[in-house]
Amino acid sequence: MNIHIRNGRLVDPKSGIDAIQDVYIANGKILAIGSLPAAFHPDHVLDAGGLVVCPGLIDLSVRLREPGLEYKATLESEMNATISGGVTSFACPPDTDPPLDEPGLVEMLKHRARILNQAHVYPIGALTQGLNGEHLTEMAELHDAGCIVFGQPNGFLTDLRVLMQAMQYASTFGFSVWLSPQDRNLAYDGVAHDGEMAMRLGLPAIPVCAETIAISNIILLAKEIDVHIHLCRISSAEGLALVRAARQQGMSITCDVTINHLHLSDMDIGYFDSNCHMMPPLRSFSDRDALRKGLLDGTINAVCSDHAPVDEDAKLLPFGQSEVGATGVELLLPLTLKYGMEMKRPLVDVLAAITSEPAKVLNIDAGYLSPGGAADLCVFDPDIYWKVSATTLLSQGKNTPFLGMEVPGKVRYTLVNGHIVYESEH
Amino acid sequence: MINRNPQLDKNRVLQHLLTTEGLPASILLQILDTAESFVGVTERDVKKVPLLRGKSIFNLFFEPSTRTRTTFEIAAKRLSADVFNLNIAVSAQSKGETLLDTVDNLSAMNADMFVVRHVQSGAAHLIAKHAKPGIHVINAGDGRHAHPTQALLDMFTIRRYKKEFHNLKIAIVGDILHSRVARSQIHALTTLGVPEVRVIAPKTLLPSKVERLGVHVFHDMNAGLRDIDVLMMLRLQKERMQGANLPSSEEYFKNYGLTPEKLRLAKPDAIVMHPGPMNRGVEIDSMVADGNQSVILPQVTYGIAVRMAVMSILAGHQV
Repeated sequence: MNIHIRNGRLVDPKSGIDAIQDVYIANGKILAIGSLPAAFHPDHVLDAGGLVVCPGLIDLSVRLREPGLEYKATLESEMNATISGGVTSFACPPDTDPPLDEPGLVEMLKHRARILNQAHVYPIGALTQGLNGEHLTEMAELHDAGCIVFGQPNGFLTDLRVLMQAMQYASTFGFSVWLSPQDRNLAYDGVAHDGEMAMRLGLPAIPVCAETIAISNIILLAKEIDVHIHLCRISSAEGLALVRAARQQGMSITCDVTINHLHLSDMDIGYFDSNCHMMPPLRSFSDRDALRKGLLDGTINAVCSDHAPVDEDAKLLPFGQSEVGATGVELLLPLTLKYGMEMKRPLVDVLAAITSEPAKVLNIDAGYLSPGGAADLCVFDPDIYWKVSATTLLSQGKNTPFLGMEVPGKVRYTLVNGHIVYESEH
Repeated sequence: MINRNPQLDKNRVLQHLLTTEGLPASILLQILDTAESFVGVTERDVKKVPLLRGKSIFNLFFEPSTRTRTTFEIAAKRLSADVFNLNIAVSAQSKGETLLDTVDNLSAMNADMFVVRHVQSGAAHLIAKHAKPGIHVINAGDGRHAHPTQALLDMFTIRRYKKEFHNLKIAIVGDILHSRVARSQIHALTTLGVPEVRVIAPKTLLPSKVERLGVHVFHDMNAGLRDIDVLMMLRLQKERMQGANLPSSEEYFKNYGLTPEKLRLAKPDAIVMHPGPMNRGVEIDSMVADGNQSVILPQVTYGIAVRMAVMSILAGHQV
């Protein structure tokens, strides 16, 4: 199908373009930008007047909950949520049930996602079997099945020897290692940031050093090994400082932050709002401000949704017993735009955090708009505000601290490989 | 995104008692004043008033308790309410029923009030949020968070012995980190205008940022007890000894146990309080616990009057 997107404000962070330009799509690729190619006959013309046309968004953490956790969400429901959020590629953490530690599971996931023919799924392979932190997975086999990076999402490997060996083994094949830096012993039974809020509410607390000590260990180990490390979900100013210093020393290290940690602090827990039960925990105002600045100065490479649909019953529990996580893939764009407005940053800079930069982290050929590239696009109205509610969210999980809030930026069209996979009327 | 205080309605009238934090002094004093009138009731031959006749009060104890549950039961019965004790830890919950399902079922039985104890901080807030309108929730202790009626009976006891709050130096000694009682006491004391509240404990038993509650932190009991008017000892749970919080009960007692010698550092007329049950020889010496400065047993007696006051105020009765 040939598509002509006309009159849109084309914003491409990779090339730095921010101008009204037409886009011409043929055979799943971008054929041309700007002037009409010879002998181009569109089957479909999208009028993008007043809308922003940007690369399809890339989210570094979207949990599909399949296999095994379909009561929380299904592949279909979450893929629909993904494209309605303008996300065309995403990484899927391995913490399914069973975890993504066998090639067959990964192939099945990729196959099922392909049938749905929507966003591109990049499964993160489990670093250790059963995510148990003891035995390495068959990373090369998992890579052949479709995993492009390997991670340990449920906390830090407590056995540093296994962590070192996992880094060494991944490095052998040139695979990136994705780690959620949190020392489990220091985090212990904690459910909230070790600050005034946890103290007042009597919630078991997680100190910042649970993150910084984990990051320090990871950095010290990785220094000895030629491996790329990606730190998932940095939550503290001190953790960020460690990443900054490591990178200044020449280490190959990247990190991301969630939309929640970019906007919220532990004060938002209020009167035990279980929607604010996150891991890592929402930290202090000063941590949040440091994360905002870290994104601004490039220390943080990307913003992710850390999408984690949770069933309602699992949140209708006392804070400490409630399940961790928040739905978010549909809020990735709005909350990134909101961040940009609050920080007074140009749109082209802000969109980099959810397009070109996460593409670099994932090392995939995506996140840009140029002739010859895949026609994965997001077309959105930057001026529309919409209310986050159980009815406006397509994800099966309705759990987010932003419920009831008005957020900016409504996706109008999502294109994957030159096909319109999502379209909204307003 | 922080909501209105869930304990108060739009007219700032008490709807639930979940924590002492955020309650105005006027409400705390209203409870104490109402309790004064109930002390007389508890001392009469016929210890009963008809204020809550026909009302159904459910004691929902998701965590084992005898003492607190009994005092709530006595308080409710002295107000002529119908009381139902549910030891939920070994009933519905063990069959897989969720907390809110249990609450919904009891709401459907036309309950008027829930007295809730739960091992998780925030459980009483959750129940108050989801209970049907008109059902009042009293927090009888949730995790490490709050135990407001204990704190109020402590305030009542202090006022009985010391008359005023604004000229007192008060020390809270022991496991502040895990103590719902301490948090509720601190909020109540600062709201009622106590100019100096001290917490005395080793660093392993203090939450970080505790000074943000407006307290002075001491690790040395000898320094912390000087010129103190009221000593509030906390129970030290044995399991704290087995982890890395403390090395031994002997060492704890040596440094933080209240002995007659240490008590002499406080003012001569200082009173000693304890929420019970006591660990004699761990946090308190028997000579002190049973001594003439101890008001531990009067605390228990006043506890019934204070709980009667809370129940009657929540039910809309002023005395």
